[in-house]
Amino acid sequence: MTDLNTWQQLIYYFQHNGSYVLRQFSQHFLISIYGVLIAALLGIPLGIFIAHRKKLSHVIIGIANVIQTVPSLAMLSIIMLGLGLGTRTVIATVFLYSLLPIIKNTYTGMENVSDNIIDSGIGMGMTNWQLLRLVELPLSLAVIMAGIRNALVVAIGITAIGAFVGAGGLGDIIIRGTNATNGGALILAGALPTALTAIIADLTLGFIQRHLEAPQTRS
Amino acid sequence: MTHYLTFDHVSKLYRGGNKAVDDISFTVDQGEFICLIGTSGSGKTTTMRMINRMITPTQGSITLAGEDLANVDPVKLRRRIGYVIQNIGLMPHMTIQDNITIVPKLLKWSPEKRHTKALELLKLVEMPATFLDRYPSQLSGGQQQRIGVIRALAAGQDIILMDEPFGALDPITREALQDLVKQLQSELGKTIIFVTHDMDEALKLASRIAIMDNGQIIQMGTPNEILRNPANQFVEDLIGHERLIEAKPNVETVGQIMLKSPVAITPGKSLVDAIRLMRQRRVDTLLVVDENRHLKGLVDIENIDHHYKDATSVSDIMTTQVSYVNEKDLVRDTIERILKRGWKYVPVVNDDHQLVGIVTRTALVDVVYDAVWGDTDEPDTQSEQ
Repeated sequence: MTDLNTWQQLIYYFQHNGSYVLRQFSQHFLISIYGVLIAALLGIPLGIFIAHRKKLSHVIIGIANVIQTVPSLAMLSIIMLGLGLGTRTVIATVFLYSLLPIIKNTYTGMENVSDNIIDSGIGMGMTNWQLLRLVELPLSLAVIMAGIRNALVVAIGITAIGAFVGAGGLGDIIIRGTNATNGGALILAGALPTALTAIIADLTLGFIQRHLEAPQTRS
Repeated sequence: MTHYLTFDHVSKLYRGGNKAVDDISFTVDQGEFICLIGTSGSGKTTTMRMINRMITPTQGSITLAGEDLANVDPVKLRRRIGYVIQNIGLMPHMTIQDNITIVPKLLKWSPEKRHTKALELLKLVEMPATFLDRYPSQLSGGQQQRIGVIRALAAGQDIILMDEPFGALDPITREALQDLVKQLQSELGKTIIFVTHDMDEALKLASRIAIMDNGQIIQMGTPNEILRNPANQFVEDLIGHERLIEAKPNVETVGQIMLKSPVAITPGKSLVDAIRLMRQRRVDTLLVVDENRHLKGLVDIENIDHHYKDATSVSDIMTTQVSYVNEKDLVRDTIERILKRGWKYVPVVNDDHQLVGIVTRTALVDVVYDAVWGDTDEPDTQSEQ
């Protein structure tokens, strides 16, 4: 083993522990997705709600901003006190960090829908629900999607740290590497897929986002 | 109470006691084209938006087609009222077909019916069916507002509210759309409430104009009434000095420009009397009237000369087919008739067919002169300089 250089070691590791890496990868990915998904389930309605109640928007976005400023490692530790070791703690952390971009983007997206369009929608006899479903949501979907995309990329990074509280994931491999002597290859074996996941997630959601935005500009 | 739309002492107060609309009352009949005109902040848009309950009045009541609007579900009400706003308000994420048929969709029409309706309306404004699948951003501003207009007709709305719909368009497109709206309105018999700050637009389109200032209606009447009798200085300023002069031939009645002492004779008089009267007054024709000054006919010197030997009284030779105009007719309508037919003058009668005066070609010269030069006094002062 020692006569191989770092890259050769990396390839060797993937060849022999492929299924393990894959398992950690899916674990990692799922933790991120769950966290973001739960944040979206709460954040999008909350964003819609504050877009219609301007006074509340400062309070809600302010709170989300404060959450965002707590360093992720500190946040993990604090939540660990309550939820203990394991995946739940990491999902909760990802959830909290995802709230801000999702709420903020939903709010911005809804805000950006032109008042004229809203006015003509109401003037034609749409109920509040119809206005939301037929006008406001379709027009702000791209911006909301951008928020989710942002949240997911951040979430993948946070999940990597989550290995410290025993949640597994690609971070697990990185920690093994930092603990081992000459663990460079191990670190890379965890770090490269993490980075790759983040990039691919970003590209995929970016693609979806572009498809959602302004069908009217594509002919 | 048979009016289609009634405003009964309606006021709208905003917080801080700011009165946007101050105790206005007016009625609108079906098929009327009402223009609300005024400076910004005059309450014209607020007035219009109270009709579809986008704004709720603080005091007073509004009745539409016999129903008090306060008791009507606003959502259902709005689906019955066409709504066109200045910035078009087409949904950018919907195709033209979906845009046109938003209200039918809200009313749960079947897709086939919606498609037929969209096609039909598109034909109405002479746009090809290929537009149905396009998005608003692929259309020009004028085309978009055309869609905006027909969208307001899609569910067969009887009344349409328009809030400065053509304000953002270039003059040529605006004119084309004004013609379109006017034509649609008269063809389909819709009632239109049209908010504008453009007096030309109001004069062109409206059957009646309501002039608003500070939340009150200063004057309401047909374009002619307003041009003829502006209620006060504000209305005059709003119309503009130039337009008032330009409009003169359009609003002046024949009675205002006629000569009031026509030379007339009764049918029983002899031809000798007639010639004597002609010589006295230095005219070559006489109008024939009975004792109650009812216009009977006309004799001219040619006739008298011809029949001098075989006729005795004026009634024997007078021409009974005389063209005349009513004193209440507008000069605008008579001016061409007089000029084109080459008459020297036209007798003017009142509603009882009594002769009250004549309009001569020279009187028309004054009218045309005023229209060309503006005020009658101006050229005089200029020539003095």
